Amino acid sequence: MNVHRPIEPRAHVGKGVAHDSGLKHVTGAAVYIDDLPELPGTLHAALVLSPVAKGRLASVDVSAARAMEGVVDVVLAADVTGHNDVGPILRGEPIFADGEVLHIGQVVAAVAADTIERAHAAARLVAMDIEPVEPVLDVDTAHARRDYVSDPQVLEQGDGAAALDGAPHRLKGRLNIGGQDHFYLETQIAYAVPGEDGELLVHSSTQHPSEVQHHVALALGLPASAVEVRVRRMGGAFGGKESQATGIACIAALLAERNGRPVKLRLRRAEDMAATGKRHDMGIAWEAGFDGRGRLAGVAMEFLARAGHVADLSPPVITRAISHADNCYHLPSAILRGYTCRTNTVSNTAFRGFGGPQGMIAIENLIDAVARHLRRDPNEVRAVNFYAAATGEETPYGQRVEDNRIDEVVERVMQAAGWIERRRAIDAHNAADPVIRRGLALMPAKFGISFNLPSLNQAGALVHVYLDGSVHLNHGGTEMGQGLFIKVAQVVAEAFQIPLEWVRITPTSTAKVPNTSATAASTGSDLNGMAALIAAGEIRDRMTDVAARHLDAEREAIAFRDGHVYAGNASLSFPELARLCWAERVSLSAAGHYKTPKIHWDPKRMKGRPFFYFTYGAAVAEVAIDTLTGETRCLRADIVQDLGFPLNPAVDLGQIEGGFVQGMGWLTSEELWWDSEGRLRTVGPSTYKIPGSRDAPREFNVTILDDVPNREETVYRSKAVGEPPLMLAISVWLAIKDAIGSIAPGRPVPLDAPATPERVLFAVDAVRGVAD
Amino acid sequence: MSASLALNGRIVPLDARPDRTLLDWLRVDKHMTGTKEGCAEGDCGACTVLVRGSDGRLLPANACILLTGQVIGRDVVTIEGLSENGPQPLQTLMAENGSSQCGFCTPGIVMALAALGQRSEEPDIDDLHDALAGNLCRCTGYRPIVDAALQAPACVLPEASGEADAPEICESGGSIVHLPRTLADLLRLRAEHPGAVMIGGGTDLNLRVAQGGERFDAMISTARVREMTGVEVEEKAFVIGGAASLEQVLAAVEEDYPSFATLLRRFGSSQIRSQATIGGNLCTASPIGDSGPALIALDAVVTIASAERGEREVAAEDFFLDYRKPDLAPDEVLVSVRVARNEPNRHFRVYKLAKRYDQDISTVCCAIDASLEDERVSRARIAYGGMAATPKRCEAAEAAFEGKPLDIAAAREAARAVGAAFSPLDDLRGSGAYRLRAAGALLERFAREIGRSETVEVMAL
Repeated sequence: MNVHRPIEPRAHVGKGVAHDSGLKHVTGAAVYIDDLPELPGTLHAALVLSPVAKGRLASVDVSAARAMEGVVDVVLAADVTGHNDVGPILRGEPIFADGEVLHIGQVVAAVAADTIERAHAAARLVAMDIEPVEPVLDVDTAHARRDYVSDPQVLEQGDGAAALDGAPHRLKGRLNIGGQDHFYLETQIAYAVPGEDGELLVHSSTQHPSEVQHHVALALGLPASAVEVRVRRMGGAFGGKESQATGIACIAALLAERNGRPVKLRLRRAEDMAATGKRHDMGIAWEAGFDGRGRLAGVAMEFLARAGHVADLSPPVITRAISHADNCYHLPSAILRGYTCRTNTVSNTAFRGFGGPQGMIAIENLIDAVARHLRRDPNEVRAVNFYAAATGEETPYGQRVEDNRIDEVVERVMQAAGWIERRRAIDAHNAADPVIRRGLALMPAKFGISFNLPSLNQAGALVHVYLDGSVHLNHGGTEMGQGLFIKVAQVVAEAFQIPLEWVRITPTSTAKVPNTSATAASTGSDLNGMAALIAAGEIRDRMTDVAARHLDAEREAIAFRDGHVYAGNASLSFPELARLCWAERVSLSAAGHYKTPKIHWDPKRMKGRPFFYFTYGAAVAEVAIDTLTGETRCLRADIVQDLGFPLNPAVDLGQIEGGFVQGMGWLTSEELWWDSEGRLRTVGPSTYKIPGSRDAPREFNVTILDDVPNREETVYRSKAVGEPPLMLAISVWLAIKDAIGSIAPGRPVPLDAPATPERVLFAVDAVRGVAD
Repeated sequence: MSASLALNGRIVPLDARPDRTLLDWLRVDKHMTGTKEGCAEGDCGACTVLVRGSDGRLLPANACILLTGQVIGRDVVTIEGLSENGPQPLQTLMAENGSSQCGFCTPGIVMALAALGQRSEEPDIDDLHDALAGNLCRCTGYRPIVDAALQAPACVLPEASGEADAPEICESGGSIVHLPRTLADLLRLRAEHPGAVMIGGGTDLNLRVAQGGERFDAMISTARVREMTGVEVEEKAFVIGGAASLEQVLAAVEEDYPSFATLLRRFGSSQIRSQATIGGNLCTASPIGDSGPALIALDAVVTIASAERGEREVAAEDFFLDYRKPDLAPDEVLVSVRVARNEPNRHFRVYKLAKRYDQDISTVCCAIDASLEDERVSRARIAYGGMAATPKRCEAAEAAFEGKPLDIAAAREAARAVGAAFSPLDDLRGSGAYRLRAAGALLERFAREIGRSETVEVMAL
């Protein structure tokens, strides 16, 4: 059962319009990069990956590969004419390993051949002479050596140490949180097509076309203007194509340029999982000082993130982790430290939530432990620590919580879930000491919207109106399935008051909108919707002038409605007005640019207002666990989510449900497993288990809060939706803890994530006091 | 030797090497790109197509691990064929209900649901989860897919316009496949071509092509061998042909051994079950092949034949010699498996533990067959997968049950025996400690389920 109500009558915005590509998806007609017709002469590339976690790369012998029939080219680090570097923030992140290898799966070379089979066969013939060095495979070893990929970050509020010392109760522990592979269904791919005068067109499955353009140009020693990056749609991304697509595109581009032929590089699933980054797994040491009601006086947390072999996006990921470790709770004193531990494993990267999930599960685990210790209801402990609605308390990084809806979403979800009766029923069930125990838990969530780095919070759009009234829409945002394109099209159709079908959605291209930010941090529709609205508004203003002259009316009297413009009883159709504009030599094209207002950030002090606003949501999950085997199942989930005035509640519902199930996977069945040599052994769906249809909550109710416009001036007062619902799945993990804890109330429940049957069973044993 | 298939109703020549995957043939050779590659290991379902099975129904299959040599003479339907006359109601409902986001998994999901539509007019939620067990969607959380499927009428599928050519031998580009129709021919070919690979459904074997880039220059298929393709239900026993698909096995044993049927549903998706054969599953002799422990506990007997020495029988228990080493000479073929029918007072359960309920490889698989007389266990057979280099019986645990009431005390004693009998490995599916702990606990589950009629599985809720 899903509840939402349109807020105010609008032609397009706020309507639950279906995804623009829906019919193409279901008929197989939607074109992904691997489906593009291949140009004559197209070569296929395959990667050569390091089989050693750390070592000196003495030499690479490509002679056998080169000699193979059909092989056209083999490239190594030395063949990169420009910069052999794709670091999104810091330098020193090579496309091809140069002199040393730093993780199993690191790209050492690439082969181009006439068929993909031959490319792969030749890649297997490349011999690497590597002198192995003892690798570092875990965060604790790296931390002990103070070996980080970026400077440690500290976020402090009040006097954390004194607050801990002075508190009546103290508790500490360690929580280990597993990583997560994105498992986008479409693996990384790029198709590079050389043109005239050194130009390159790169079809790249990327969330960040501008960064791909920039790095392809740097790698090839070309001006950025010579490179166009284009993407119509991705087959899923989830953060995994924010920075990770760049190296893939650079390799395809390099081979294309060297050989003057189109080159396609598509990773096989096992290569993709070995060679590209994932969500950071983290070890979190925590300590809390609190009073008898569980009110937190002081909190100290240390996040040890497995950054992997290079920095990639780890620095901002750790920033978001520690700046979300407050979640919905006011921490009068806190010391939050984040470390990007350097390990000889693939460099971890962006993944939906971007550190937020790890920060939030850390504080929820802490609250849960405090409640158990005090033998109090965890929700009471939550409530005494919530940011007060009235006073606008500050987060540890100094941003006031001005638009607080915590109480509202929590009350709504508790009601929707029927908490009181179900709690009673579950307790009664568990009191009978059955094998199958049940658990129930609440997860409130506050999530900050904007990139932490203010300069990233800008976007561009390009809108043309043609003389038949049809509209070309382009913007810097990318479509990865999240429905951004339809939402922005709704915004433009709304601006012109024309039928939605008149707005043509077009592929993202760096040639149309330059210097964009990644479609990430949930900001896609906030930024690009606003840029498109600005562009459309500019054209509409000009059209209004022309209409006013032709209809002999004041500007203020002109109304756009139903594909027409009206002034009293007089009217023109939208296409007629477009033709009049042309005749009067008025431009019907505009580029819009938007920058998020109000935000600022001091990265040294870790203070400021990094977020334009917060979104709020809450979930209640019920699980059953098998105390004989550790198997679990989510029986029901209820969600209440704040989306301001949603631009498209149907699309947003999909983001909420999908994000929640993806979060469940992270915390239950998805386990990344490395062997003792540092080789990831879970490199395909046969070994890495994302949720299947039966794993979704058996009963799943979502309510989108209505009548709650964003207090900030976002596009039509909407709020972002992409990431926040993922964190609500922490409710499932907390419910599993609740079920385990029912065995011996008051005892700590030592449960790490993901809560696989094995971890659950051993936590059950620990709570029972069984010695193994 | 010309071979063809019916592709979306039209007869199309099959000109590729028979070891080319159907997916590559469709996407690269035929430029039909609606069928997607998500994993190339038969686990994500993005490449789902329909292939007509021996019972006349179009069954879902993973094109990524199906070779063109396996579809010679058969009907194949792809998303393009399904959508030829515009979107069907299922597709329209899915498009309107937010059943796709990125859309990459969607064609495969549509095909899996189209297959279900032939089997069941009004599928319930369990049918849908079963039909979707071999399809992964990373975006939607599945609810809108399931909702649309619950409302949609069955899809109309293209009918073949003629008979495709199905020669018994087919060669192209230096690769040859033999498709004999009789056991005698099969045994002769097996003896004549010791270097050829034997292919049943290929759901394990073809990973060597799809993942390892291997090429098979010679293959012998069991798919058409008359004596091996069905399941005979006799008064006292099932005689399961070595080339019978797991789907056929499931249908045959469901009434006698519902727990076995549940196991088959879980260990292979509908795409896998339609192709995978019982012979193939046994002959891989994998320590984690789930049919092994079940058939050992059921005291199944395997019939093996060669052209030279005729037939011989071996107990399922003795068939697994070592890690991936079956008791099968190079010229031998697994012809059939004989499994006794169920009897009153006999209780068979097979429990599978994995990180995910559907379509996952077992961490531990435990099969128990116990007979009760006067409320005591008169006879017990207990076999495990995932606990040793082969599927293995645990006589000590059986002894702990025999002669005692089927209660928790007996189960715990048996569990202790399991602990002493095995030393399983640590791997990505679980630690040895967990395997031991859970392997014993499953015996308690059995005692609770049979002895006390308790609900013992979270999925039963």
